[in-house]
Amino acid sequence: MRYLPLSDADRSEMLRVVGAASIDDLFRDVPEELRLKGPIEGLPPHASELAVERHMTALSRKNMVAGDVPFFLGCGAYRHHIPASVDHIIQRGEFLTSYTPYQPEIAQGTLQMMFEFQSQVARLFGCEVANASMYDGSTAMWEAISMAHRITRRKKSVISSGVHPHYVRVAETMAKFTEDALATTLPELAAEPDTERLIGKIDAGTSAVVVQYPDILGRITDLTPIAEAAHSAGALLIAVVTEPVALGLIKSPGEMGADIVVGEGQSIGVGLQFGGPYVGLFACREKHVRQMPGRLAGETVDATGKRGFVLTLSTREQHIRREKATSNICTSSVLCALAFTTHLTLLGEKGLRQLAALNHARACEVADRLVRIPDIRLVNDSFFNEFSLELPVEARPAVHAMVAKGVLGGVSLGRLYPGAKSLQNGLVVAVTETATDEDINAFETALKEVVR
Amino acid sequence: MTANPSGWRPSAPANESGEASTVTGNRALMLEEPLIFEIGSIEQTGVDFADLPRHASKLGGLERSRPIGLPGLSEPEAVRHYTRLSRQNYAIDLGLFPLGSCTMKHNPRLNEKVARLPGFADVHPLQPLETVQGALQVINELAIWLLDLTGMYGVAMSPKAGAHGELCGLLCIRAALEARGDKRAVVLVPESAHGTNPATAAFAGYRVENIPANAAGRVDLDALRARLGPDVAAVMITNPNTCGLFEPEMKAISDAVHAAGAFVYCDGANFNAIVGKVRPGDLGIDAMHINLHKTFSTPHGGGGPGSGPVVLSEALAPYGPLPFAAKYPDGTYKIVEEESAADEHPNAFGRMVAFHGQTGMFTRALAYILSHGADGLKQVAEDSVLNANYILRSLEDVLDAPFGGSGPCMHEAIFSDKGFAGGLSTIDLAKALIDEGFHPMTMYFPLVVHGAMLVEPTETESKASLDQFIAALRSIAERARAGDQTMKAAPVHAPRRRLDETLAARKPVLAYRDPEAAQAAE
Repeated sequence: MRYLPLSDADRSEMLRVVGAASIDDLFRDVPEELRLKGPIEGLPPHASELAVERHMTALSRKNMVAGDVPFFLGCGAYRHHIPASVDHIIQRGEFLTSYTPYQPEIAQGTLQMMFEFQSQVARLFGCEVANASMYDGSTAMWEAISMAHRITRRKKSVISSGVHPHYVRVAETMAKFTEDALATTLPELAAEPDTERLIGKIDAGTSAVVVQYPDILGRITDLTPIAEAAHSAGALLIAVVTEPVALGLIKSPGEMGADIVVGEGQSIGVGLQFGGPYVGLFACREKHVRQMPGRLAGETVDATGKRGFVLTLSTREQHIRREKATSNICTSSVLCALAFTTHLTLLGEKGLRQLAALNHARACEVADRLVRIPDIRLVNDSFFNEFSLELPVEARPAVHAMVAKGVLGGVSLGRLYPGAKSLQNGLVVAVTETATDEDINAFETALKEVVR
Repeated sequence: MTANPSGWRPSAPANESGEASTVTGNRALMLEEPLIFEIGSIEQTGVDFADLPRHASKLGGLERSRPIGLPGLSEPEAVRHYTRLSRQNYAIDLGLFPLGSCTMKHNPRLNEKVARLPGFADVHPLQPLETVQGALQVINELAIWLLDLTGMYGVAMSPKAGAHGELCGLLCIRAALEARGDKRAVVLVPESAHGTNPATAAFAGYRVENIPANAAGRVDLDALRARLGPDVAAVMITNPNTCGLFEPEMKAISDAVHAAGAFVYCDGANFNAIVGKVRPGDLGIDAMHINLHKTFSTPHGGGGPGSGPVVLSEALAPYGPLPFAAKYPDGTYKIVEEESAADEHPNAFGRMVAFHGQTGMFTRALAYILSHGADGLKQVAEDSVLNANYILRSLEDVLDAPFGGSGPCMHEAIFSDKGFAGGLSTIDLAKALIDEGFHPMTMYFPLVVHGAMLVEPTETESKASLDQFIAALRSIAERARAGDQTMKAAPVHAPRRRLDETLAARKPVLAYRDPEAAQAAE
């Protein structure tokens, strides 16, 4: 078998050295009656690389590929062009097949890249420090809520109606077990989120206010008044960013007073991959860093005074603190962080601004065209590369009908909010630099036909 | 033309230490590399874009007014920057990486190739289900393999890594207990457990109590029986345990736990040793996460992404989180989400991630499993155990093996620092191993063995590779026993000498600051 180097002669010789009569002799601690006597029945035997590749390719062809059709989906995962060199770098064996950098003398590559990643994320989010990644945006958001509770010693969070419903579900799941209180509401198909109502829910027991920026419907809201209201009640503001490319054009949450900024880093350097692996971004104020979850790379010097990097502040982490750790997280998402940091370095500030401007321009153009379809209403006053439409029909069947025409035309709010009657006609449309004029024409035609 | 027309021959260097300084700080192929903030500029970019069409701004008046400070590099500069960084890393592709409990096995490139097929890599998680049948079939095929290999009843595929899987398993247990109106407060964890076990139990809202080990390095069954009671929700066991030993009384442990109304969680980090040899379901286990990045060869990537599906017993499966993958009688695949959960999976405890889990890792793991097949996976366990025992028996005369007398180990061999002289400790041995071109073993874990060295070679090492490692470790162990003080300076041949971790923690520098800003802050 191609992944197993030992020959039968090696095995016999090694058994002799070990002093075992047979391989089963080494499994003697496994009770005889529980030991499997041969390969598990009903499962196929080993297969050649060619055969496996054929099988997997056949499975892959049963999926509709985003790049093959007019494609306009977002809601937490975005399709951007990724430069070829990003995938080349993350496939370097020294990155791909290395471990968590616990031996810093032979892991400076990963450690320096983590330090650079942290620095980029902190700047992009307008924060002082960032960690070296979490699993994804949704788990990062719960960790932020959990961190706010440790800082404020309060257990009640107010979650804006504009936060991705799956993120809210993750937080609700965890809160049920930690006995935290979360106040959440459904969004309305309104031009602006109801900031006053959100602020009205903050009281002296509030630990954190959680807002998404831009929000699930694509709306962009000034966070400053929310930050002021939260702070005056002794609460923290947590901002969630699911499309970090937007921050090439719009103010960062940190600039507007957010204390913790978390996000999904997928849209920079990481492909769609049917939902994972992605990379959670997590940034905060320096004074709160000891309450932060996850791994951190820090600068130091070696025995000869040369600059180097190490994992640091690990007294927050499970391998040292065990049940008193800030989180149980161990493995994070470093390879995806490498893809993120490589792509962002290729872009630089100039490229990120250009990319963001192109996305916004494309989205404005598509929104202008779609609202000319009779009975379709643009919900948003503001948006970056994603906006919501109110259709004259239920959006969910419309999406399926567009699939039949070979168009992946947005995410229906019915998929995200099953049972919420007021949202069933809502369609969220994302437009990135990858949409061509032909794609936009095809989408417009398909949508026109399915709402008729 | 000849490459050397003068007939010049090499001679010994004048400076025998070879430590001649260079203007650049580079040492031939060992290249120093500055930070992107020191070599890039906010005016530079490595990406070209189409011209910007005319449009109005709809940004709600929140346009950025200040620079972000993100340096850019042209493509050749960026490729060189990251390539130079990569060369400062040790990796499985370079040599034996014997980190105990981490299962650093070869990462097949077929896995990478199939994960990059557009039909997997370029598919959005919220595409309508009729457009993602192939992706759902991958989830299902992998799920079926995991169930057959473990003898369990159901599987939650969405957890993002091992610790996330632990949390998923404990939340299933908590949901099952609450469903029967049983509030229990305590989770028992062996002293030798990985740090994530107690951290997870605490995160899931439980109080953690330790259970002791016996002299043979196994769970003390009598002590466990004595502690079990109506307040105990679960016992978290690692089997094979973190000393590399199988718990021979696992079935008796499970029976005792079940008799007390509690559940058995098994940390599946060490599943590589027993895959195809014994099924956790037959050992009475209720929940176990499987690290796809360990047993099933998905890359560790310098610290993730991982993937931690959790197999569940019949008692726990109904509580598994959404999304829940299932095959329907008409042969189509479906993901049960919140919408239809009330009918199809009504007791789900909730949702752990935004989408479906690490699907990009599922394709890799499935390619690996199909490559090995049922016969190959059994061979994986056998070779991994044989390799570990070969190391154990080849070194126990120079390194103390605290459990060597109690029989064979499983997939990893454990040694202690007993017998080291001159104030040398495990870290000195580990750093000396770096100079010999190997990644060190897991150090000082588990906590129950003094100066522990946990060596897991995995099945993907050849005998020649093991022999080379054994020879190097033997020589270093002998130096440690002789109290060789030069080991305290090791490594001397790595890109960096030992780093000052105390300084890093005392004065944390966690992000780059421009020199002016750093100066102003001083």
